[in-house]
Amino acid sequence: MVRSTLLDNGLKVLVQEEHTAPLASVWCWYKVGSKDERPGLTGVSHWVEHMNFKGTANIPRDQVKGIIEQFGGSWNGYTWIDETTYFETATRDALDRMLFIEAERMASCLYHPDDCESERSVIISELQGGENDPDQLLDQELTATAFKAHPYRHPTIGWLSDLQTMTRDDLYGYYRRHYVPNNATLVIVGDVDTDAALRRVDHYFGGIAPGESPARIRTVEPEQTGERRLAIRREGTTAYLKIGYHAPSATEPHFASLLVLDAVLTGAKGVNLWSSFRVPPPQRSATLYRALVETGLASSVSGSLMPTAQPFLFTLSATVTDGTPLDAVGTAMLDTINRVRREGITDAELAKAKAQLRARLVFDNDSVTNIAHQLGYFETIDSVDLFSALPARIAEVTVEAAAAAAEAVLKPSNRTVGWFEPTPVGVGS
Amino acid sequence: MTHSRGLNPARTVLENGAVVLAKSTSTTPAVAISLAVQAGSASDPDGAPGATWLLSRVIDRGTATRPAAAIAEELDSRGISLTVTLTRHSFTLVCTCLSEDFEPVLGLLGDMLMAPSFPEEEVATRKGEVITAIRQDDDNPAVRALETLMAHLYPGGHPYGRRTKGSIEIVEALTRADLARQHATRFAPTELRVVMVGDVDSTRANETAARVFGPWRKPAPPPLSLPPVVPATRRERVVIPMMNKAQADIAYGFTTIARRDPAYYAFWLMNNVFGQYALGGRLGDSIRERQGMAYYVSSSLDANVAEGPLTIRAGVGPGNVDRAIASIDHEITALVRDGITQKELDDSRRYLIGSIPRALETNAAIANFLQTEEFFGLGLDYDVRLPDLLTAVTLDEANAAARRALDPERATVVVAGPYEGPAEIG
Repeated sequence: MVRSTLLDNGLKVLVQEEHTAPLASVWCWYKVGSKDERPGLTGVSHWVEHMNFKGTANIPRDQVKGIIEQFGGSWNGYTWIDETTYFETATRDALDRMLFIEAERMASCLYHPDDCESERSVIISELQGGENDPDQLLDQELTATAFKAHPYRHPTIGWLSDLQTMTRDDLYGYYRRHYVPNNATLVIVGDVDTDAALRRVDHYFGGIAPGESPARIRTVEPEQTGERRLAIRREGTTAYLKIGYHAPSATEPHFASLLVLDAVLTGAKGVNLWSSFRVPPPQRSATLYRALVETGLASSVSGSLMPTAQPFLFTLSATVTDGTPLDAVGTAMLDTINRVRREGITDAELAKAKAQLRARLVFDNDSVTNIAHQLGYFETIDSVDLFSALPARIAEVTVEAAAAAAEAVLKPSNRTVGWFEPTPVGVGS
Repeated sequence: MTHSRGLNPARTVLENGAVVLAKSTSTTPAVAISLAVQAGSASDPDGAPGATWLLSRVIDRGTATRPAAAIAEELDSRGISLTVTLTRHSFTLVCTCLSEDFEPVLGLLGDMLMAPSFPEEEVATRKGEVITAIRQDDDNPAVRALETLMAHLYPGGHPYGRRTKGSIEIVEALTRADLARQHATRFAPTELRVVMVGDVDSTRANETAARVFGPWRKPAPPPLSLPPVVPATRRERVVIPMMNKAQADIAYGFTTIARRDPAYYAFWLMNNVFGQYALGGRLGDSIRERQGMAYYVSSSLDANVAEGPLTIRAGVGPGNVDRAIASIDHEITALVRDGITQKELDDSRRYLIGSIPRALETNAAIANFLQTEEFFGLGLDYDVRLPDLLTAVTLDEANAAARRALDPERATVVVAGPYEGPAEIG
């Protein structure tokens, strides 16, 4: 069972004992992601994440490396639209060290100007690496087209011009505003004693002063009034199709129903952003798979619906089989989606989707790292209670609820259709 | 808490030669199943590289008693995604199922492995998918760089140098009969390793496996013979201009040693210091941290049945290609000339030993570890002995490994991306 505690400075702490392996995982989450960025500073959340691995007041730059490795541990972090997070997983005797690192990261990072400058080119290299992948490029452009007001529209990596012009002061100011205990959640899962762990948390974090609560964005994406379309025509070898629908946030009633619909259309993925997509979904009998892959129109299909703080996108994607006319794939995909919207799903499909989701939620939590991720992720977008309630919400979905979600979400005026249409490589360049 | 006394899996060898390993854990109410056959891409028929890859796409699409749709329903209704992975030497069916589904799922997987029917329509559909995947690879600088590096390190049709998926022309020409012949030739109980890890009693798991695989009778295939690996004697540089891309991928490498070489642990530690430790070892320190040139840079060692490659990979902007290659040259030169330090060796050793419990945390990870252990004949107590094997490596041995493996004058360097620099320098 997870124990939830709030320190006086506002830091939320979640501890769950898991004694199956002599390991502990510590994640520190911040309620700041790319949706909190204003024009001119897109990508700042992610760049700040990179800077927070470059030494602190009490961890010299050249001693960052090795501090967790000496315990055989791994560490990393990521930034997405709602959150920035850091973790270490190592043998349980490293718990103190992990808490020390995260406390230092919260309060005492250095932001040396030379490091900021050097990281600029690393991040631009990361952006360019992403652009090498046409599917990723299409995803970025589709999202930017689907949203016209809400900051979910810009990519987490940021726009190139902002990355070229951002200053050290921009980065440091952003760090100081958002990295305060009252904007964070610390999660500990593993072979630990909860009371002892909480005492060490208080030791390391108790003295960090709270800050002003960061301002939250107020923009609500207006309802989409008609289908949007985009086509990227670039040199390449393969065509890709993506259809994005504005989707409910994780707290809205339709969210669980839409998870079921996604499972029916493309197979269940689970809801762990860190691990769910590493194992392909069970999808051979899924509706879109049968309509596109089994017919030879597409070589793959996928669906993406993640829990988010505010309404984001439910995206369906297909890779067009070599030599297939694009229109045939587009028509088959939209016909299939429209049929599900018109006819709903059957009792048998509902039962299978629920069985898949039940299994995937088990697989989502197969390690201390993954369990800790899930607790922190949900607490950051809303509340850890949302995580514990999800299996029951899925179990309660009925064919009528799924039909209502399909009716509301899968309507043509709510969608953006994006193509990557390859032009012959080397012609006219 | 498995590590202190070791994994200690229950191992049996069936009468027909199949090896069965079971390990009971209680982390989650699930079981990881891994069925590996020693029939990887290295056993592709002469003149048809890619046949085994297509076989791996079709083997789970129908059996003598189950049509593809029935298999799809059986898997999907249990939330199972089956993955078929192919390496140079192993063809592996992998999945995780809930404990309650273990027995029927093992039966289903066994049916696919032993009695695939290769329906014509499935072969045609999967061929379309594979051809599309080859076209995607053709547009991917990272894949192009790595595949080209392998082709140059292992020339003359050596199995390690071939594209695993084959070429479009070869795939187009493959028939159902080709796949059935490959299966008939290379798949046999003597080549099978069944590994089951999870919330299932190991005795019951072994009995289930014996029931599924025990009746399989086929003669052992002829042993695979690999041509000798000839180390490069001069530096070679290959450029694949892909001007529609934003970033260039560098693949830089050497042939090294076989997994059974006694120097393996020295090579492993040396490579960890050089291109793995923390964020890419010495390479990461130089190219990412100090010079800010790349989002990723690291090296990997893939010692195999024959002498496998050590590969350095980096993704850099087109303007930084020459500087990044010069930095890799420089790091190698310094490593070979001055050696690694005792502290570096100790740090990497402590890290690798300390990471064993983490590496063996999940059912799937344990299953993968046991497959490797069995394939290379490392012994059932390998996880317990591993710390000692790493501890025994001396600084001289690690530095001897660097001298043996690395030399800029013998490096093969491939660049793929928006770069048109000279194909050969110096």
